[in-house]
Amino acid sequence: MSYTTIQPAWVRISHWINALAVMLMVTSGWQIYNASPIFADWRFPSAITLGGWLGGALQWHFAVMWMLVANFIVYVGLNLASGRLRQKLLPVTVRSLASDLSAALRGKLGHEDLSRYNAVQKFAYLAVIVDIALLILSGLAIWKSVQFPLLRTLMGGYDNARVVHFAAMSVLVAFFVVHLAMVALVPRSLLVMIRGR
Amino acid sequence: MTLRNRSGKLSAFAASHAQTIIKDARGELKNPARRLLGQRILTLGGIALLSGCDLSNDKSVNTMLRKMSSFNDDVQALLFSPKTLAPTYAESMITRPFPFNAFYDIDDVPEVDAASYRLQVSGLANGKRVWTLDELRALPQESQITRHICIEGWSAIGRWDGVRFAEFLKRAGADITAKYVSLHCADNYWTSIDMPTALHPQTQLTLRYDGATLPPKYGFPMKLRIPTKLGYKNPKHIVAISVTNDYPGGYWENQGYNWFGGS
Repeated sequence: MSYTTIQPAWVRISHWINALAVMLMVTSGWQIYNASPIFADWRFPSAITLGGWLGGALQWHFAVMWMLVANFIVYVGLNLASGRLRQKLLPVTVRSLASDLSAALRGKLGHEDLSRYNAVQKFAYLAVIVDIALLILSGLAIWKSVQFPLLRTLMGGYDNARVVHFAAMSVLVAFFVVHLAMVALVPRSLLVMIRGR
Repeated sequence: MTLRNRSGKLSAFAASHAQTIIKDARGELKNPARRLLGQRILTLGGIALLSGCDLSNDKSVNTMLRKMSSFNDDVQALLFSPKTLAPTYAESMITRPFPFNAFYDIDDVPEVDAASYRLQVSGLANGKRVWTLDELRALPQESQITRHICIEGWSAIGRWDGVRFAEFLKRAGADITAKYVSLHCADNYWTSIDMPTALHPQTQLTLRYDGATLPPKYGFPMKLRIPTKLGYKNPKHIVAISVTNDYPGGYWENQGYNWFGGS
């Protein structure tokens, strides 16, 4: 039997490194958030946070950030260099997105061919790439708000950078939830992301 | 796609792929090296599960996290520019009331007697070693309205007046090629900073808050205001300053906060 590889090794490796990094970043980030909540009524239950206390969570957050950023640069770089971004994720037109989204919501969007993404997938994967870039930049603006004046201004100041960081985290978590639900509906896609085919 | 249709496809999928998975697995198991690797991966996973996945209590994980934190000290020293100033703000933007924050309650704020107060300078310095409050007040004074950023995430804007720390260090005859300046406080708090930050133009030996004598809750009689660093690097009630090349650590830093603590 012969196979065609749907997900090359570099996509699979960077996907799983990213998955691990995102989980560690989000759970340690929740612990950091709890030290001084932006929204007075909202705290994350400590059972789902990482680090034990503020200092521990910060150590995790500022260690794993290197893994997230390095992997993200490699992933985006190889996507551009290999032409995968253009071939698989582009173009996304508003029209194709609307028709595929309506088909998906009516349960009529098929996943027979896992080597081709529908418009909803293309949009979601592009959006999550932009979202992670925004998370990195807003995080940098919070960490080094004095050293990067332009970035601080772009984020609307130090306090607002925290809100941007939180909003981008929320988008990422929402993506994660839908992503897992879709994998549960189309388990073959999990196999493709592990074995490549 | 209807549900029935999907489950039909699922079982067809499972049937066709189960074969290939088993075939792959058999291929892997034929190779003794691969078998050993598989065994080891399973053992590692088993140990991870047995330890309850409590990564935070694992010694080697903690060592790795501490190493990354000290790597981040170096990165921050590189990113730090002695010329980049923290943003300054208008009077109207001052946060009132400015939050009190310490490792103890506001009722436990130390009361330092102004008349008997002495600031001791030690270590690599060959100038004046003991300073009274009046002597500090007689030095040239500067004013700044800057943002105080707490490691917890909140921030507040305040106005601080005092002596430029670089000017004080010069008069104290400090060796400015030394690596660290350590600061000890009347409330037994202590911390330390890098020399480039000590010499930054906005690093201030603060004597006044919001136009009046620095009140006890904000660090009477004197605190170090460093707008390029987080709040825990801005010690209050300072009684001793030491210039040194030996890493001095700090109250929070020794418990795990990042040492450089830059913003």
